[in-house]
Amino acid sequence: MDFATLIQILDSTVRLATPLLFACLAGLFSERAGVFDIGLEGKMLAAAFLSGAVAAVTGNVWLGMFAGIGASLLMAAIHGLASITFRGNQLISGVAINFLAAGLTVLLGQNWFGLGGRTPALTSGGRFEPIILPFAEAMAPVPVLGPIYSELISGHSFPVYLAWAMVPATAWLLYRTRFGLRLRAVGENPAAVDTAGVSVTAIRYAAVAICGVLCGLAGAYLATGLAAGFGKDMTAGRGFIALAALIFAKWRPWYALGACLLFGFLEAVGNRFPNIDLGLIVLPAQFMQALPYILTVVILAGFVGKAIPPRAGGEPYVKER
Amino acid sequence: MTAMPKWADAVLVPLISLLIAFVISGLVILAIGENPMEAMRIMVSGALGSTYGWGYTLYYATNFIFTGLAVSVAFHAGLFNIGGEGQAGVGGLGVALACLYIPWPHWSLALAAALVASAVFGAAWAAIPAWLQAKRGSHIVITTIMFNFIASALLVYVLVNILRPTGSMDASSARFAEHLRLPRLNEILALVGIPFNNRNPANISFLLGLVACVAVWVLMWRTRLGYELRAFGKSEKAAVYAGISPVKITMAAMLISGALAGMMAVNTVMGEAQRLILNSVEGAGFIGIAVALMGRSHPFGVLLAALLFGFLYQGGAELALWTKIPRELIVVIQALVILFTGALDNMVRRPVETLFLMARKGR
Repeated sequence: MDFATLIQILDSTVRLATPLLFACLAGLFSERAGVFDIGLEGKMLAAAFLSGAVAAVTGNVWLGMFAGIGASLLMAAIHGLASITFRGNQLISGVAINFLAAGLTVLLGQNWFGLGGRTPALTSGGRFEPIILPFAEAMAPVPVLGPIYSELISGHSFPVYLAWAMVPATAWLLYRTRFGLRLRAVGENPAAVDTAGVSVTAIRYAAVAICGVLCGLAGAYLATGLAAGFGKDMTAGRGFIALAALIFAKWRPWYALGACLLFGFLEAVGNRFPNIDLGLIVLPAQFMQALPYILTVVILAGFVGKAIPPRAGGEPYVKER
Repeated sequence: MTAMPKWADAVLVPLISLLIAFVISGLVILAIGENPMEAMRIMVSGALGSTYGWGYTLYYATNFIFTGLAVSVAFHAGLFNIGGEGQAGVGGLGVALACLYIPWPHWSLALAAALVASAVFGAAWAAIPAWLQAKRGSHIVITTIMFNFIASALLVYVLVNILRPTGSMDASSARFAEHLRLPRLNEILALVGIPFNNRNPANISFLLGLVACVAVWVLMWRTRLGYELRAFGKSEKAAVYAGISPVKITMAAMLISGALAGMMAVNTVMGEAQRLILNSVEGAGFIGIAVALMGRSHPFGVLLAALLFGFLYQGGAELALWTKIPRELIVVIQALVILFTGALDNMVRRPVETLFLMARKGR
């Protein structure tokens, strides 16, 4: 494998890791506040659909993005209502949201566009354009550093840079602000937060809403950045890979970046080399697809550093009377 | 004091939830410019108006009985087995291996072997998440989700690289021998003189599903293991204090659950396709969640809920055939049923409880 191929694979890694990173950070906010979310997939799917649809109709990618965030927030609201207000089972609510999105996107897509659930292909204004960083052209001929700067770092679209910026932003919000401290406390010991006179419900709703916005960005990037339009079931398990990355990252923002890049890299390598010949054995493409899930199970099993979820995760908070 | 009589808890609340789910589905149909009443009429006549429709309804219901029971058994032990999809897929592999590689003289022997193979394969696929939950405390919901994806990758690999006959482009196994074909429901009903349509896949597996319902009922309410499962699900601490081993119960519940999900494959792989095809489970593993929630995890409730979803599935197919409403409407209804009977249960339950309390005070 030569240097140019490596750059291409890494470039593709960055792009494929972006939706994972958004969704993973989304799950991080929700789960750190004690609300399990296996509905990341559904929220991304709903957002991808509506952003694709709105971008196709208006020809404006930004309107599409905001519509996608709106769709995702609506799903998040259902999840919040079920798991915070009505103290329902958060896992079951997540399952319901995944199916709701899977069904509604095709139902509405077929009704609006008649393309079997797809949205019309997006033309230039409806997609996120690559942003060429300054001096990218001039740097290109420089050996090694040139391709790294002009191809790997420059030339991605807005959501990619936003996703990377979200990592330090999340770390700062969680570990350096009062809101972040309260959010983490709500996920570990909600009764203590309640005793301190802070509303557990409000913090959890805020976390679920942030989760909705980030999933919306993930979905919008899928439909208007990675692809040119929405396709039926286009998230294809990415929400669950993000969930896997979240566990892999042990619910920490910087680790999340690493985990998402790893899983993005696996996907990029799998796309480029369907079957990997290791000399003794040939790794089939299906193995590469299953690898993120296998790694997550191994991590969950605690053989390679135990992943301990937030202590109050999954428990509805019942105020003492 | 319980606020509600038992019948209200078991029948009234799920029925109200179902009603809300249906009303919202009706609004969705209205929103896409179709007539909900007309849609309902097409679904009823398509699924229940002929023995052809009934055949498909019962065929789908058979799948949902098995996956619904699978989720129910785990629910009783306080475990959420979301991996029915993968377990049923791997169960299908068991059925295919049992039917392809052993020259059975008669379908009845092959059926027995396929049942055992599907149950063992399904249980084995549930065993690893179960063991990780019991021994290492890894969350069973996450591990079973991961195992669904691993199963689907594994099945693609096995079908494309191992089971596919040489020269075939189709990612599916060879066809099973013709004499291994399971008796269809019309052939069974013909024995007692009831005419039934012969162009539908309903087969003897439906009767096996009924047997499974009874067997699960006996297990849960008439055996020591069932008692231990339910005690563990109600309160882990109390169960441990009573000398019930968490490891044993977690393993037992998940193995039984996986076996039931795996046995679903007898209906689809042996009863209908007569070969292993890609994605033969078609989401039935997930519908088991809706069925178990709707049926309140009781075998009789599961049977009724499975019939309801069988009706929805066949009705939905007819709807897609005759109107512009795509099949995905059923996924929406399924989501709403899971939402209202599962996650938003309290939203329905609290007002009903209040009503009962008011009625009691007024008396």
